[in-house]
Amino acid sequence: MQRDNRRLDVLLLAALVCFVLLPWYHIRGGFFGLGWVADWRSDPDLWPGIAQLSRFWLWPLPILAGAAVALRLLCPAGRPRGTLLLTIGALGLAWMIVEGLSIGLRGWNWSLLEAMFGDVNGQPAFGAGAVGLGLCFAGMIAFGLAERGALKGDAFVIGAITLLVFLVTVFVLYPLVSMFTGAFQDFRGAFTTEGVRNNIGDPQVWSLRCVTGSGGCGVAWRTLLLAVCTATGTTALGLAFALVATRTGMPFKKGLRLLTVLPIITPPFVIGLSLILMFGRAGFMTELIEDVTGWQLGRWLYGLTGIWIAQMLSFTPIAFLVLIGVVEGVSPSMEEASQTMRAGRWRTFRKVSLPLMAPGLANAFLIGFIESMADFGNPLVLGGSGGVLSTEIFFAVVGAQHDPARAAVLAMILLCFTLSAFLAQRLWLGRRSFATLSGKGDGGRHAHLPRRVAVPVIAVVAGWSVFTISVYGMIMFGGFVRVWGLDHSLTLAHFERAFSISVTDGIAWTGVAWNSFWTTMKIALIAAPLTAAVGLLTAWLIVRQRFPGRTAFEFALMLSFAIPGTVIGISYISAFNLPPLQMTGTALILIFCFVFRNMPVGVRGGVAAMAQLDKSLDEASMTLGASSPRTLRKVILPLLRPAILAALVYSFVRAITSISAVIFLVSAKYNMATAYIVGLVENGEYGVAIAYSTVLIVVMISVIGVFQLLVGERRLRRGPGNARKAAARRTEEVPA
Amino acid sequence: MNGHKRGAVSFHRVRKDFGSFTAIHDLDLEIEPGELVTLLGPSGCGKTTTLRMLAGLESPSSGEIHIGGQDVTRLPANRRDVSMVFQSYALFPHMSVAQNVAYGLESGGTKPRQAMSMAEKGLDLVGLAGMADRLPSELSGGQQQRVAVARALVLEPQVLLLDEPLSNLDARLRRRVRTEIRDLQQRLGFTAVYVTHDQEEALAVSDRIVVMQGGRIAQQGTPRELYETPASEFIADFIGEANVIDCVVEAVANGSARIAVGNLRQEMVARGATPGPAKLAVRANAIRLLPGPGALSGRVLSAAYLGDHMEYEVETENVRLFVIAPEDDRTLSRGDPVSLEFRPRGLALIA
Repeated sequence: MQRDNRRLDVLLLAALVCFVLLPWYHIRGGFFGLGWVADWRSDPDLWPGIAQLSRFWLWPLPILAGAAVALRLLCPAGRPRGTLLLTIGALGLAWMIVEGLSIGLRGWNWSLLEAMFGDVNGQPAFGAGAVGLGLCFAGMIAFGLAERGALKGDAFVIGAITLLVFLVTVFVLYPLVSMFTGAFQDFRGAFTTEGVRNNIGDPQVWSLRCVTGSGGCGVAWRTLLLAVCTATGTTALGLAFALVATRTGMPFKKGLRLLTVLPIITPPFVIGLSLILMFGRAGFMTELIEDVTGWQLGRWLYGLTGIWIAQMLSFTPIAFLVLIGVVEGVSPSMEEASQTMRAGRWRTFRKVSLPLMAPGLANAFLIGFIESMADFGNPLVLGGSGGVLSTEIFFAVVGAQHDPARAAVLAMILLCFTLSAFLAQRLWLGRRSFATLSGKGDGGRHAHLPRRVAVPVIAVVAGWSVFTISVYGMIMFGGFVRVWGLDHSLTLAHFERAFSISVTDGIAWTGVAWNSFWTTMKIALIAAPLTAAVGLLTAWLIVRQRFPGRTAFEFALMLSFAIPGTVIGISYISAFNLPPLQMTGTALILIFCFVFRNMPVGVRGGVAAMAQLDKSLDEASMTLGASSPRTLRKVILPLLRPAILAALVYSFVRAITSISAVIFLVSAKYNMATAYIVGLVENGEYGVAIAYSTVLIVVMISVIGVFQLLVGERRLRRGPGNARKAAARRTEEVPA
Repeated sequence: MNGHKRGAVSFHRVRKDFGSFTAIHDLDLEIEPGELVTLLGPSGCGKTTTLRMLAGLESPSSGEIHIGGQDVTRLPANRRDVSMVFQSYALFPHMSVAQNVAYGLESGGTKPRQAMSMAEKGLDLVGLAGMADRLPSELSGGQQQRVAVARALVLEPQVLLLDEPLSNLDARLRRRVRTEIRDLQQRLGFTAVYVTHDQEEALAVSDRIVVMQGGRIAQQGTPRELYETPASEFIADFIGEANVIDCVVEAVANGSARIAVGNLRQEMVARGATPGPAKLAVRANAIRLLPGPGALSGRVLSAAYLGDHMEYEVETENVRLFVIAPEDDRTLSRGDPVSLEFRPRGLALIA
C-alpha cells in the first residue's frame, strides 16, 4: 500500500545517505563539532562507508541494503515483502554487531578468530554513518513486521518498540555484559579467570573476623550491615513522620511535606560534608563536646557510623514519601469499624492499622536498603579507610591499583545484593498490598494516634527535624566562613572564587566553578527532554499497546532501577571505551547515562498518569481516523502535561545532583558540577565546595518552584469548582 | 470500492481467542446497507468484542471482515471507514465541543476552517448549535452523548458503531435519545451496528436483532420474529421475560395447534409445530388469573403492587410462573387459590 511504500522510501534514502555521505567511522574531534569537514579530503578515516570497502567485512552491508532497494522496486507491499524486509534488517543488524565486536582498532579482538582467518587491518569505532545504517536496518525490521500485519500493522508503534528495545539493549544490557566479560579478560584481551578467582574469594571482601573479634570484616558484610541499619532506621523514622503528618494534631504538618523535596535537590555528598563541619575533628559540635567534657572524640565520624548517620539524614525523607501513601491508604472505615467494635485507640492501632501497613513498611525497608547500597557520595566523603562496596569499586578502577577485574567482581556482588532486594520487593510484596486506594471517597477520618504512641513519636520527629534543619543550615552557613574550625569570620571569598565574573572587555567567567556549572546545565538541559520523551513513550507502549514480551520488557526496565550508579558508571566505561562504540570523554556518554538512568522514573510517572486516562479516549481517536502518532500528539500528550513537566523537572534535577555514575564518565572537557565538588572536597577546599553546593541547591529550588507554579496554575484554570471543593475538604480535615 | 455495496458489512468465519478463552466462535453475519442491527446479549456474550473487531480495535484470530465490499480484516482502526460512539462517550476533555467534532475531519486531512464549519453543521444536526465553544465537562450527560454521536456522524462513515450508547443516561432520557438516534439513522440512511444488553432498547430501535450467547449467534431476526418465535428457552427468556413450561401438542391442523398444559386445552398458531411433547413460552402478561379453581389451578405465592400493574408469583403443576396483571379491583393476595388462562397471542412453541 502507498503508506508502506512511502515510509520505506524514506528509510532507504536515509540508509543511502548514511552509507554514501556520512563518515563511517568515529571521529576523534566529535561529529557534531563539524571540525572534520575541513580535513575530509585528506583523511581516509573520515570517508563514508562506500569508500571503506577495502575492508572486506563491510561488503555484506551494501549488498543487503541493495537487496532492500530491489525489493522495494520489484515487489508490492504485503506479507511476503514484509518477511523478506524483516530478514534483511535482521541480517544487516546482526552482521554489524558481529563485525563491530570482532574487529577492533588493531585487528581481530579475539585470538581465536585471528588464528582462523589470519591478520586483518583494524578499524576505528562506529561513526555517524555506521550507527545510522544500523538504525536503518532496525527500521527495516520494524517496517517488515508492520507489513506482515503485526500489531494491526501500526508501523509507528512497532518502530517505537524496536527503537526502545535497541536502545535499552545498547545502553543497559550491553554495558553490563561487557563489564562482566571484561572481568574475564587480561589486558591483551585473552580469556583468563585469574582476576576473578583472585577477587571472588578475597578475604578483604568476605572476611568475618569482626564477629570473632580479631580485625575488621569484609567490605561485602560491612555494606550489608550498613544497608540493613539504614533501612531499619529510615523506615522507623519515616513511619514516625508519616504518622505525625496524618494522625496527630501537631502544627506545621505542611512543613513536613517540604521534607520530601530535600533528597531530590540535595547532591548526595552534601549531607556528609555538613556532618564533617559539625562532627568532624574540627567540627564545632566536636569542639563543644570536647571543651565541656574533656573527652577526645577524634575521628569517630569517619567510617560506618558516620555514613549511617548521613544516610539516615539523606533517605528518611524517601521513606516518609513511601510511607505517607501507605498510612493514608489504610481505609479510615477499617479503623472506624474497629472502634465501633469496642476496641480502644491503642488496640485499633496495634491490631488493625499497623498490620495493614506492614507490606508498606517492608517496601520502605527494601527501598532504603537499595538506596543505601547504591549510595556513593556519602561513603566517598565519610568512608575514611573503611569504605563500602560502591567506593571500593571506584578505587579499584580509579585508584593506584587499577584492577578492572576486581571492580567487575565487586560490582557483581553489589548488583546481586540490590537485585535480590528489588526482586523481593517486586515478587513478594507486589501481591501483598492491603492499601485501599479505590479512588472512591471512603468518608471518615483517620483515627488519631493513642497518647502513648503519639508522645514519643512527636518527640522523635521534632528532634530529627531540628537535626535535619541544623544540618541544612550548616550547608548554607559553611560557605560564608573563612576557614572552618580555625577562622570563623564571615566572608564571601568562597563564592567569589567559584563564581566571580569580570566585565573588563566583555563578560569573562573567571570563577573556577563556571566551567563545570555551564557543562552541567547544558547536559542536564539536553538530557531532561530526552529522558522525558523516552520515558513517556515507553509508558505509553507498556500501558496502551499489547505486544509479545511486554511484561518482560517492563520488568527489565524497572530492574535498571536497582542497578547502582557505580555499577552503571564502570559498565559504561568498559562498554564505550573501545570500538565498536566509543564515547568516553564525550558529552554524549553523559547524556545517554542520564537518559537511561533516570528513564524508569519517567516510565513510572507516565504509567501512573496514563492509567488515569480512559482507554476509550485512544480508541475514539483511532476510530475517528487519527493515526497513532496523531493520537499521541493531540490527545495523550495534552492530557499528560503535568506528568511530562514532572518528568522534565525530575530528570533535570537528577542530572545535576547525581554523582555515582557520573564520576566515572567525566573528562577534563566535560566536567560535571558534582564531580568537581568532590574533587574540591578531596583537596580539603570545604569552603568552595559548600559554596558551590549552596548555589546548586538554590538553582534546583528555583527550578522546582517555577514548576510548582506552572502546575498549580493549571489546576486553577480547570475550573474554580475544583479549588473550592478542595478547600472545603481541607477545612473538614481540621479538627473542630 | 464497490459503490452499490457501500455500507454493507460481512463477517466470515470470524474467530477471536483471548489466550485459551474463545470469545467468538466462527461468526458469520451479513448486514445490509442502511440497516440498523442490534447485537444483544448478556454480558460476556461477545457482542462488544464483535463490535470492536468491526471497528478495528481488536483483530480477529481468524476469519475475514468486509466493509463495503472491501476486506478490512488487517486494517487498523484509523484506516477503516467506520466511526464509533463509546459507552463512556470518550470526549476529549481538553478540547471544546466543536474541536471534538472537528477532530476526525482534521485527522482525515480536511482543512481546519472547513472542518469547523462542518462540525457546526454536525452539532446542528443533534440540536447543540449554541454549544460549540463549551468544554465537554460543561455539558449534561445527554448533551455529551449527542456530541459523541455528532462527532461520529460528521465523518459520514459507511457504518456507525454504537457501544451501549445509552447506558450512562437515566431512564427517561434513554427513551428520548434512542428515538433520536433511530430518527437520525432513518433520515440519513447509514448502516448502524448497535450493542446493548437491554432487550427493550433493542426491540425499540432495531431493524434486526442478533442475539448472542457464549460467543455464538443464538438467533437473529426482526424484533417481532424474535419475540413471537423464539428459537430457544434462552431467547424466550431474554427477550420479553417468558415463563417456559412443558406442554403437549395434541393436534395440528390448518396452521393451528391444540396444546395441553395439565388439564387446560388451548388453541394457538402452529408455526411448524409437530404433535408430541414440547416447550411452551408464556409471556408474563399473557396469563390471566381468575379467583377460585379451574382447568389449570394454582396458588398465589407472592404479590407485589407496582402502581400501574401487579406482579404475582403463582405455583401450578409444580412450576412457578411469573405473572404481570393489570391493576384492577380483583387484587389477589398471598395464598389465594386461582385458576390460570392463557392469551393466545402471548404464547410461542419453542422448537
